[in-house]
Amino acid sequence: MIVAFLNLTWGTFADALALGGIYALMAVGIGLVFGVLRLVNFAYGQLMMAGAFALAYGSQWGLPKWVSILFCFAVVLALSVVMDHLVFRPLRSHSPAVMLVATFAVAFLLQNIALLAFGSLGKTAGQFAELQAPWDIGGVEIRKIAIIAIVTATVCLALLQLLLTRTPVGLHMRAASMDFRTARMLGVRANRVIGGAVLISGLLAAVAAVMLSVQDTQVTSTFALSDTIYVLMGVVLGGLNRPIPATLGGFSIGFAFGLLGGILPSNQSQYLPSFIFAAVIVVLLVRPNGLFTRATGALERV
Amino acid sequence: MTFIRRIPELLAPAVLVLATALLAFEVSTYLQAYFLDTLVKVAIVVALYVFIGNSGVLSFGTISFVAVGAWTAGVLTVPEGQKRVTMPGLTHFLVTTNVGNVASLALAAGVGAAFALAVGLPLMRLSGLAAGIATFAVLGITYNVLTYEQSIGPGLNAFSSVPQTTGIWQAAVGGLICVVVAYIYQRTRFGRKLRATREDSAAAAAVGISTYRQRLLAFTLSGALAGFAGGIYVHLLPLQVGGLYLDLTFITLAMLVVGGSGSLLGAVVGALAVNGIYSFFSAATNGVDVLGWNLTVPTGTAEIVLGVLMAAVLILRPSGITGGREFSLPRRRAVVDLEKARAPT
Repeated sequence: MIVAFLNLTWGTFADALALGGIYALMAVGIGLVFGVLRLVNFAYGQLMMAGAFALAYGSQWGLPKWVSILFCFAVVLALSVVMDHLVFRPLRSHSPAVMLVATFAVAFLLQNIALLAFGSLGKTAGQFAELQAPWDIGGVEIRKIAIIAIVTATVCLALLQLLLTRTPVGLHMRAASMDFRTARMLGVRANRVIGGAVLISGLLAAVAAVMLSVQDTQVTSTFALSDTIYVLMGVVLGGLNRPIPATLGGFSIGFAFGLLGGILPSNQSQYLPSFIFAAVIVVLLVRPNGLFTRATGALERV
Repeated sequence: MTFIRRIPELLAPAVLVLATALLAFEVSTYLQAYFLDTLVKVAIVVALYVFIGNSGVLSFGTISFVAVGAWTAGVLTVPEGQKRVTMPGLTHFLVTTNVGNVASLALAAGVGAAFALAVGLPLMRLSGLAAGIATFAVLGITYNVLTYEQSIGPGLNAFSSVPQTTGIWQAAVGGLICVVVAYIYQRTRFGRKLRATREDSAAAAAVGISTYRQRLLAFTLSGALAGFAGGIYVHLLPLQVGGLYLDLTFITLAMLVVGGSGSLLGAVVGALAVNGIYSFFSAATNGVDVLGWNLTVPTGTAEIVLGVLMAAVLILRPSGITGGREFSLPRRRAVVDLEKARAPT
């Protein structure tokens, strides 16, 4: 088999696919908001962190699992709407650099609030820990969470694709992300489109937060921070403007991290971020508009 | 005449740096640490400004040049006996090579510039988000390599036993050097050309300015100043690689944007204002006297205040405190009045 060499097992392969799936969800969440707002949301990881803390409280209070998940969704959605109204909307007309630094500020703020409120050790979200256990599928051991993550990511992305291509809201969103001003002139309601994108983006953050918290049961203020950086890399790598290239970019980064992290010995895998970052730089030099785009429109000057 | 009118442009930021240094002489040794830290931040933010302010391109790479400068100056000044204890993995050449304080700072600037040049050669072709993300990748690589590579430094450990030569004098002179170099650069034709590409890249290209070349020059100069600032920093505190990554990148960028990224004065004002407030609330965790009233705040308040302040300034005044202008004496000119009249009420 192709996967029989090195340390690569089907389990590792599935884990890599799962991480790619989670990153793809985050990537499309970031990409959607960028499409309508021209805003690279650096605080996306902190949304997920808030969701993970909600899950941790859910397990501390002994809530049923589905209530915990609902609580997580509620927290993430509420926070993204608040963030949108307090920070993103007032800054909508400003330069992308100002908006990026503003999301930096929000990220920093939320991270430090979490640090102040929950301490540096954070809290444990142990409710879904049993999903770490493997399933035996025809003699191949694959962790349950990997399968759940792959299925969930596929379903979410398929639903999103349907929403974007088959509904009026989706059409408006795609129009707005191509040319916001023209779309508005043609009767697309700016606030509704932005609100929709922020909500969907928040939903995806919540889904990703639930998936990631199964692996990182210890939720601290830096939860999902490095993941967000990798996903941002992936999104730009794929091409920020369109959902599908952004998704592919996020997936590639996650898959590469999962796969190489699984097969390399630890004295090499500690430099894995460097290799991936270097690869990102090379790709950007060759294709500054993204790996999976055909359009060569001028990019935003940030 | 123009020359005399221009003098306040350099004088204003320089006087602010000097005033901070003079204040540092007056306060207790405990508070002095905050003033010295502020002066180092001024140097770093001015280094950021040289590239970001003049080119209008966002770069996250500057802190990696600060880190490289700190590593250079640190590794070359720790006494040899200490190196064998605290950095056992260090390569032989670095163990046996030691230089003095000033030489270490010069080398830090040189290594910072060389690294920036090497990075800039390919990366300055990019612009927009691609440039931002690529420089972020550089920052990530630097952090990753410095964390794990024990042959060039202490790895995850803090730099211990670097001679603490950064007192008020060194911090103040370092800050002043950065301010003066940045000012001279922006007054030369190179600085003007780069600013022209910032305002209108097509028009600049039409008059024969190479955006790539001008950006590369500014990036290298910014790298030199950042490396220099890193050298001063490591002579002040036992630095650790974690302190030269995201948080420092965020805080220094915040300073630049809050002050107004379009002007040197903005860089200095932003660094002083933001670090002043941050230091005040950091000091207040141990209690400070405000007009005879003792104020004590929980740990972490400084960061939260800073985050709120940043977001507030960005929303209310996105071009920063100075609005991207240099300091100038008030004069009556129609242009100024026109701009006031145009401002929304």
